[in-house]
Amino acid sequence: MNAPAEHRNFDWMALARKQAVPITFVALCLTLCVMSGQGPAFLAGEVATRLARNSFTTLSLIVPVLAGLGLNFGIVLGAMAAQMAIITVVHWNMAGLSGFLAAALLVVPIAIAFGWLVGLLFNRAKGREMVTGLIAGFFANGLYQLLFLFLVGTLIPFHNPALLLPEGYGLRNTVNLAPVNYALDDILSVTWKSGQGMAWTVGSADKTQPATGAVPSTGPESAGAGSPVKIPISTFLLITGLCLGIGWLMATKLGQDMRAVGQDMHIAEVAGIPVDRTRLIAVVVSTVLAAWGHLVYLQNMGTLNTYSSHEQIGMFGVASLLVGGASVSRATVWQALLGTLLFHTLFVTSPLAGKTLMGDPQIGEYFRVFVAYGVIALALALHAWKGGHQK
Amino acid sequence: MPPILEMSAIAKEYYGNRVLKGVDLSVDAGEIVCLVGENGAGKSTLMNILFGMPVVHATGGFSGAVKIAGQRVAIDSPFKAMECGIGMVHQEFMLLPGFTVTENIKLNRELTSSNPLSSVVGALSPSAGKRLESLDFDSMTRDARAALARVGLEVESEATVGGLPVGHKQFIEIAREVDRHKARILVFDEPSAVLTESEADRLLETMRALARDGIGILFITHRLDEVMAVADRIVVLRDGERVAQLAGSEASVGRIAELMVGRKIEKRDLPPRSFSVSDAELALDIRDLVVDMPGEPVTGATLSVRRGEILGIGGLAGYGKLGIANGIAGIYPGRGTVLKDGLPLPLNDPAGSLARRVAFLSEDRRGVGLLLDESIELNIGLTSLQVQGKFLRTWLPGLSLLDAAGLRAHAREMIRWLDVRCVGPEQPVRRLSGGNQQKVCIAKAVTLDPDLLFVSEPTRGVDVGAKQRILDELVSLNRDRRMTIVVTSSELAELRSVCDRIAIVARGKVSRVLAPDAADVDFGLAMAG
Repeated sequence: MNAPAEHRNFDWMALARKQAVPITFVALCLTLCVMSGQGPAFLAGEVATRLARNSFTTLSLIVPVLAGLGLNFGIVLGAMAAQMAIITVVHWNMAGLSGFLAAALLVVPIAIAFGWLVGLLFNRAKGREMVTGLIAGFFANGLYQLLFLFLVGTLIPFHNPALLLPEGYGLRNTVNLAPVNYALDDILSVTWKSGQGMAWTVGSADKTQPATGAVPSTGPESAGAGSPVKIPISTFLLITGLCLGIGWLMATKLGQDMRAVGQDMHIAEVAGIPVDRTRLIAVVVSTVLAAWGHLVYLQNMGTLNTYSSHEQIGMFGVASLLVGGASVSRATVWQALLGTLLFHTLFVTSPLAGKTLMGDPQIGEYFRVFVAYGVIALALALHAWKGGHQK
Repeated sequence: MPPILEMSAIAKEYYGNRVLKGVDLSVDAGEIVCLVGENGAGKSTLMNILFGMPVVHATGGFSGAVKIAGQRVAIDSPFKAMECGIGMVHQEFMLLPGFTVTENIKLNRELTSSNPLSSVVGALSPSAGKRLESLDFDSMTRDARAALARVGLEVESEATVGGLPVGHKQFIEIAREVDRHKARILVFDEPSAVLTESEADRLLETMRALARDGIGILFITHRLDEVMAVADRIVVLRDGERVAQLAGSEASVGRIAELMVGRKIEKRDLPPRSFSVSDAELALDIRDLVVDMPGEPVTGATLSVRRGEILGIGGLAGYGKLGIANGIAGIYPGRGTVLKDGLPLPLNDPAGSLARRVAFLSEDRRGVGLLLDESIELNIGLTSLQVQGKFLRTWLPGLSLLDAAGLRAHAREMIRWLDVRCVGPEQPVRRLSGGNQQKVCIAKAVTLDPDLLFVSEPTRGVDVGAKQRILDELVSLNRDRRMTIVVTSSELAELRSVCDRIAIVARGKVSRVLAPDAADVDFGLAMAG
């Protein structure tokens, strides 16, 4: 009678140690959900929106982790590529799904070029890919600003008063993406309102309806407890497709090579696997996926902060993946999804909880920033603790 | 029928140093040829040439011819070697710990089947399409099981390799080579070093079975009993030359050992001592020392060092000779009893052993011994400064500063005494040659003023001229300063030229202590353990 109980007990401890990171964050999320003082409907809607918006980007990080490159902070360049593409599409006055698809096609060559450059850089900085990627992101941001603040409208012929600053060159801080807003989400979505049940929508819905979470800093004021919750089924289908696609890729020869390179570059090299090329492909795949992920994000947001939307993509993606229990050398699709769910739950609830606790919205905003970086530090610390136990 | 592998008149120089001087080697199909020789005899260089390792071609290539089944081939890369049907069972495992047995056996030779995307991409670029094909795990598992059965290993093909015992890994490595359909020659580079006795027996059995299938086998080992058990033919290398070739039936362990060791250096006349050395006065008494040094484990060494003598420690690579000095100096974790001058010496305490006037020159000169980017003078003085407070001047109570002038003067004196070729005491040691770096290490140790000095591989990576000078300096430290010196070296000839006694370490224990002029056959047998 006692022996099996003991056995089960032991297993729980092992599981707790193995899954320490997600367990900690689940507990933290539940606490914050309670402290935020919001109803489950509101929280579920917010989190569903953010899950649809951000999962794709988080998933784009998996391939380089498996190929041994660690967490690819270089996806910031993918986000920049996405912004270049979507600005071009808006400039061409393309709208709706065709506009979104045009951007998705247009972004591919740009993202491949960026990914290629980042990959070449990573192959020269083996073992230091993460910090290299982080710094490459900062550097690329400088070039990006040069391009959009100064070169557009001067060296690059571009005349569109709606997009340009009053000086006649340089893009405005905010670009309205209304033409492609919800282009993907609205292919198939379901709206749920408490008391009224569910309503399925196929095709473009009316654009006048205020969106949940349309602005990055959605506070509790903008979304009352009674507002409808829209779940973009089409976006979730795309994310499911990506998950299957990653699974498929890892079951090909190329995926097997990536895993081999990820475990030991030297052994892979001796076995005749083209190590540098495989790593390069992994980075390119990741960058293209991140670019698409950012397009998914932007079509949901409906506005583009020209000079800041891309900046935190890398940091938030990495934080999400870590929170899900992935490490710099191991990551699964499920960890990416769970991590995105947990991280964005924290992201939604922490300012609310901060406000409830301190009574000041400013403190709430502070909480949000605190959580974003604190999460990364905590996840890394928990991984280190876990790693210590494995030895 | 021509031999499956024929290497003729292979010669190779590294930086003017001739490591192979026209070696002939041939292996027939179905034959087991054993290649034996001391460390540095040229075995690894010969194998590097056979495998087209980049190191060979980066240093000017080699001369001589390699023929596979009578066809002359130019093996310029490991891939080319694999194409020629040469398989290598590596000394260090080339297995991915996170992969399953099947995945490791099929590493980069995975069986695939096409899928829609790979067909589309393959129409544009066949190689890219090939990489996008899906893995066919069923066929891979079938092949892997067949290969495992051939080497006689019973293991789940789905098991992850990381958790398997070392012996299994060795057989998986062999199974991988066997699975290569084209494998015609298999090279076993000291495969039994990590195996238990029963596993080693099975390995030999596997080798015989593979040879019966018509594969030519080249077996490199230090264990002469294995050579005797399995060899059809034995090739002995010494100093880059093939000194003998024996049929397996006409060889004996003693004969092989004698051929391996050989007599290379004439007995030198060492200066006489002005003091006497005897067993009555021990500088160091080591009892049952166990040192956990990766690759060089010591499993229970007992050895006494007489005060004032030069003791040599020799033995084959991986048998633990380097572990003894590293353990006593506290570099690697050790346990056991070590008495210095009759009092216990604490282990695992580098500062403690330095305080007891024991100095250690590591074999890892560039890693452990020197701060490569610091100046010669700082390298000479740093340990003494740290441990003994030398070269410090106290300005105020609690505030001591470096006595730069004193250190400079001392460094100049050392540089003059040891004839270090350098620009001046401020030169970073990274830019010195190997021999001069070793002299800086000696200066560092002398500055500590030890009465017991451990020196490991003092002449490794040092050119011939500087070699002699370094050995002379060790002798003069012993004669003039009455320093007790323990030299660990892979070069037996070097030990025989300067030591009073030579302890031979085999399998982590001291197997025998011999006089430097003992017979070659005794050294050979002691080294085989």
